[in-house]
Amino acid sequence: MEDGVEAAPFPPGDYDVVVVGSGPGGLQVSHSLSRRGVDHAVISQDDAPGGMFRRFPIFERLISWTRPDAPFERGTREYEWYDHNSLIGENGARALVPEFMDRTFDVPSRAEMEAALIAFTERAGVRVRYGVRWTGTRRDAERFVLETTDGEYRCRFAVFAVGVTEAWPAPIEGAELANHYVKTRSVASYQGKRVVIIGKRNSGFEIANGLLPWAKELVLVSPRPVKIDVLPQSPLRLRYLQPYEEFVRGGAGTYVVDASIVGVQRASGALRVVADGTTWPGRLEFEADDVILATGFRAPLLDLRELGVATVLNDRVPALTPYFESISTPGLFFAGNVTQGSKGPRKHGASPNSTSVNGFRYNARVAADHIADRLGLERSRPELERSELVPFLLAEFCRAPELWIQKNFLARVVTVRDGDLRDEGIVPLEHFLDAGGEDAVAAAIEMDPEAEIHPTLYVRRSGRIAEHELPPHPVHAFDGPEYRRELETILKSVG
Amino acid sequence: MPEPDIVDKLSRLALFAELPRTQIESIAHRFDEALFAEGERVLRTGLTGGALYVIVEGEAVIRIEGTERARFGPGEFFGEIGVLIDEVPNADVEAATILRCLAIPGADVKPFLISFPAVMYRMLQTEARRLRVTTEWKTA
Repeated sequence: MEDGVEAAPFPPGDYDVVVVGSGPGGLQVSHSLSRRGVDHAVISQDDAPGGMFRRFPIFERLISWTRPDAPFERGTREYEWYDHNSLIGENGARALVPEFMDRTFDVPSRAEMEAALIAFTERAGVRVRYGVRWTGTRRDAERFVLETTDGEYRCRFAVFAVGVTEAWPAPIEGAELANHYVKTRSVASYQGKRVVIIGKRNSGFEIANGLLPWAKELVLVSPRPVKIDVLPQSPLRLRYLQPYEEFVRGGAGTYVVDASIVGVQRASGALRVVADGTTWPGRLEFEADDVILATGFRAPLLDLRELGVATVLNDRVPALTPYFESISTPGLFFAGNVTQGSKGPRKHGASPNSTSVNGFRYNARVAADHIADRLGLERSRPELERSELVPFLLAEFCRAPELWIQKNFLARVVTVRDGDLRDEGIVPLEHFLDAGGEDAVAAAIEMDPEAEIHPTLYVRRSGRIAEHELPPHPVHAFDGPEYRRELETILKSVG
Repeated sequence: MPEPDIVDKLSRLALFAELPRTQIESIAHRFDEALFAEGERVLRTGLTGGALYVIVEGEAVIRIEGTERARFGPGEFFGEIGVLIDEVPNADVEAATILRCLAIPGADVKPFLISFPAVMYRMLQTEARRLRVTTEWKTA
């Protein structure tokens, strides 16, 4: 063993769990499984850790922040809320991204992120068998068999952390004349070109932003208008601001157009994109030297659909339970960006932060704990005194990073049985609301349609759920006397 | 493509029958598709923050106090009452099969209906039919 990287652990064979992938999702789930003592193998087609961050974003800068200095010490649970990019390991394997940041920006570069992920595997002791490609999947009685280039792995549960970076084949006529985002060339090759980018989400604006100093004309086109009212509050603003500002201020040569694509055609030595307006009537045609499809990505699910895995978001990702298991093929779990396939209660249409490391690192821990429970491993459920309950919940409302990052999605749950109070840890809120069970309370942080943040307590009594949404506070100081009083009133008859 | 595109699926529903494809495409891009496992809860009695759901595939069952009161299938919708009058649902809605819906969050319903009057008219027709059935049932 040298530099923390073992030559080739996990030969083909039989394991309780097999994890596929060595990006942040795979690394976090493996570490969390190890913490619970779950026998598992990790395999990866890459030859080093990092997953998508070995290649993407193309323009080298992330959009999620890490604050190297914060009111809480690096390495504490509270600090995680200030660091949206590090994985959560034990002891020396926490808060690693700020160690590698040069502080040019408060968002790390791709290379800084990759370095932190490599350091995580070394310091957390996550072992991976690299250079093994998963090639197929089948069932064998109660087990799954993962066929790989090294041989067969049998397991009771598989966890796929394979990213969402495969080009999504947009049903556009003439799409073959365009290149997808994943095939974007070096920026210099677009110098002086007319470029049409189909797609106005994150990847479309990322490319537009990167090409602004190079291309002579840029058009972004897709059916959906940019939600300018929510943009200033979105981490995506970093990518959107520059191209969008040029367009709305009437800058020549940069256009952001709401239109549905009729097709991409050849046109005398160039390409032509034909589009029909969605927010305006009529048709436009754009001549272009290059057309880039920023139509999104999908998870490389290989043959999992044939095994019954149902998909969502226009076939991009598997539909997942609150514990990140396929809703249609039990035993197959997912980690990483693909956990966006688990939607949570969707209160006010809220989506969790499952497409970025800050959110899916917690999803991975929740999934690992659940797998360990299903394997019958003992879980620690610390006891709480009745007098500790209100201060405990108030502290969670104020500082729990899982609740603040995964709003209306993850909750802190305390169960109550004959006066015996137990901290059940972080639990998917949807599971708490729907699964029934003993009397319990769940603390969550939620955002209303006006973007006000509310601490919310759900109380389950005799199987019925009551919702108590507490008022917002200008600096989110949810442990003040008024919140204490309100919780005490709500919880009077609990325990 | 192993499955028809979501735009194709939406264009087959009566609710969107009068919309040109470009508008259906913009709806599909603007709102998320949601997939529920059989038995999974979609709307919960007494809880705030609901949405209007349009069923694309599958069946939903409406229960009050655990008793089945109605079933809805493709092209039908639910959740609109709570959203329109800003009250919490008085029923649970569960997926009776694997259920694929278009989910329009509560705060987006008014701008959505105003942008697409043809959809609003179709919804009103459905509401009128539902009201008539309820009235007949009450007076029977």
